[in-house]
Amino acid sequence: MRKKQSESLPTLSRAPTGIDGLDEITGGGLPAGRPTLVCGSAGCGKTMLAMEFLVRGATRYGEPGVFMMFEENAAELTANVRSLGFDLDTLAGENQIVLDYVHIDRSEIEETGDYDLEGLFIRLGHAVDAIGAKRVVLDSVEALFAGIQNHAVLRAELRRLFRWLKARGLTAIITGEKGEGAAITRYGLEEYVADCVIILDQRIRDQICTRRLRVLKYRGTAHGMNEYPFLIGAHGFSVLPITSLQLDHEVSSQRVATGIPRLDTMLGGQGVFRGSSVLVSGSAGTGKSSIAAKMVETACRRGERALYFAYEESTAQIVRNMRSVDIDLDPWVKKGLLQIHSSRPTLQGLEQHLVVMHDLVRAFRPAVVAVDPISNLTMAQDDAQVKPTLMRLIDFLKKEQITAVFTSLTEGGDATTTPEESQVGVSSLMDTWLLLRNVEFTGERNRTIYVLKSRGMAHSNQVREFVLSDKGIDLVDVYLGGDRVLTGSARVSQEMQELATATLRGQDHDRKLRHLASRRRAIEAQIAALQAEVEAETEEVHFVIAQETLQVNTTHQNTDAMAQKRGGAVRPPGGSKAKR
Amino acid sequence: MNALASPTPLRQADATPAFELRLYVAGQTARSLAAFANLHRICETYLAGQYSIEVIDLTKTPQLAAGDQILAVPTLVRRLPEPIRKIIADLSNEARVLVGLDLQPARG
Repeated sequence: MRKKQSESLPTLSRAPTGIDGLDEITGGGLPAGRPTLVCGSAGCGKTMLAMEFLVRGATRYGEPGVFMMFEENAAELTANVRSLGFDLDTLAGENQIVLDYVHIDRSEIEETGDYDLEGLFIRLGHAVDAIGAKRVVLDSVEALFAGIQNHAVLRAELRRLFRWLKARGLTAIITGEKGEGAAITRYGLEEYVADCVIILDQRIRDQICTRRLRVLKYRGTAHGMNEYPFLIGAHGFSVLPITSLQLDHEVSSQRVATGIPRLDTMLGGQGVFRGSSVLVSGSAGTGKSSIAAKMVETACRRGERALYFAYEESTAQIVRNMRSVDIDLDPWVKKGLLQIHSSRPTLQGLEQHLVVMHDLVRAFRPAVVAVDPISNLTMAQDDAQVKPTLMRLIDFLKKEQITAVFTSLTEGGDATTTPEESQVGVSSLMDTWLLLRNVEFTGERNRTIYVLKSRGMAHSNQVREFVLSDKGIDLVDVYLGGDRVLTGSARVSQEMQELATATLRGQDHDRKLRHLASRRRAIEAQIAALQAEVEAETEEVHFVIAQETLQVNTTHQNTDAMAQKRGGAVRPPGGSKAKR
Repeated sequence: MNALASPTPLRQADATPAFELRLYVAGQTARSLAAFANLHRICETYLAGQYSIEVIDLTKTPQLAAGDQILAVPTLVRRLPEPIRKIIADLSNEARVLVGLDLQPARG
């Protein structure tokens, strides 16, 4: 892609440096076939930049290079850059790089008249011809000023040297020491090298060192004018060009459970999106780390790798403390699924921390990354610097489809700043924001949680009580009664009160029912008694009737019997009645 | 003139000379020739019979430039007696050459 660019613009062809970010700032690299001046104070990374330019040229772009050094010898330099993963011995063996140490010892040299520096040209030319070099580094020619007395000759020869480099079409980096005051370099090298000037700067703020890079001049091209932080990490030089970042990473619609079922429910029922960034903010002791640890543990349970950056507690302390809320990280650490990386935030600048994160993430390739907390990282930094740097980190994680959870300590939390306001700097970078708050009421503090935002999902608007116990993390519905939100003991007591009332009411109902039942039984008994009475009376009446009937019959029979005895005709039945 | 044509040692004595000198030049320029002429004159004046001069033309053998850390030309290197001393330029300043070679004019 870069090559294409240089082909389409032949007048401004570039030699890509292969340095992360620098090619973006310069629109493709350094001016090809021309010298570039890199200057800065001692120890700010000039040699590293120049060396990476050369090594990348040899390994990535098929452009062998000559490194001519005036200050340290080849063995020292080889050892120094080995920490960046550059194996100069191998490259030299493959004729990709020539290291030439030019040593000048003033005490050995006596000047006796007229001379020039043709010897240097011959050496350089010989080295360039030997491997067909396209790139040259001179680090740093300013050392010549100390070794050679006749500066008039030296300046004339340097001028000739740069012309010579241009004439041979060599892309060169010349390093120079930063000058006093406004001077770019101590010996005014910038007047010879007019095509491209890059300034490296190292500054200390609040005892923390950060490095900056600026392209002061790039003839005939538009280039990033800003100062950019840069880092020297295990993979070399890295410039952080925020403005050239593109928002074009892929997104996943896959969801990842947080490990807290009710929290997942609040987040549209399925948790957060894979590759999204989650901010968990809250004041001290609200349980931020526990949420981060839970998400990390849950990832490990799924068999994914997770990386936990701890800036407050040591690894052992985290493992111990998390065990108290039933999150056991130790097995995952032993299994190799979890890496906990603890370091002090003040150990190095934010950029340097980021580079460490980059390197670890690249090496470990986790699915979930937790940073606990980012507020500590940003402690010593200007807000203006923090946001772009974090943006870079978040963007990197998103590109890698890594779910990130950041905890952030809310400062104060008093009346003057609401928690929402205190995170304005970073919250816009986050996809999901969980806010934890302490609610103090009737002599105790309780934790509440709510989802302040969660992009791309229907999330709950409810406040939940966040309960940490030895059984783990749980979310409980808060008591919403009247115009109050009750949590903790107040919630429990309210709930008990309601339970008691309900019980009482229930008991009352039971009593009433029992009463009704007994009444019914009593009434039924009465009914039974009355019925019995009625039956008794009925029987009595029947008896009397029967008796009387019997008497009447008996009387008739007697009458008939008498009549028979007296010889009278037997009356037809019923006749007696008529007779009577 | 002929001596410059190749890096041929120009021996003035049969025994191992006390002064082993090496003159690095870049091509047969006026400055190279002047340096050689000056060196030859000084040696004959002060070191007759005690020296050897080796002339190295870096345009022909550029790989030799690194060995003695040559930057400027002409450079005269006093390899013996030790320590190694370097004298750059065309050697026209005789007094400074003598200082560089650690020779006192009085000794001549």
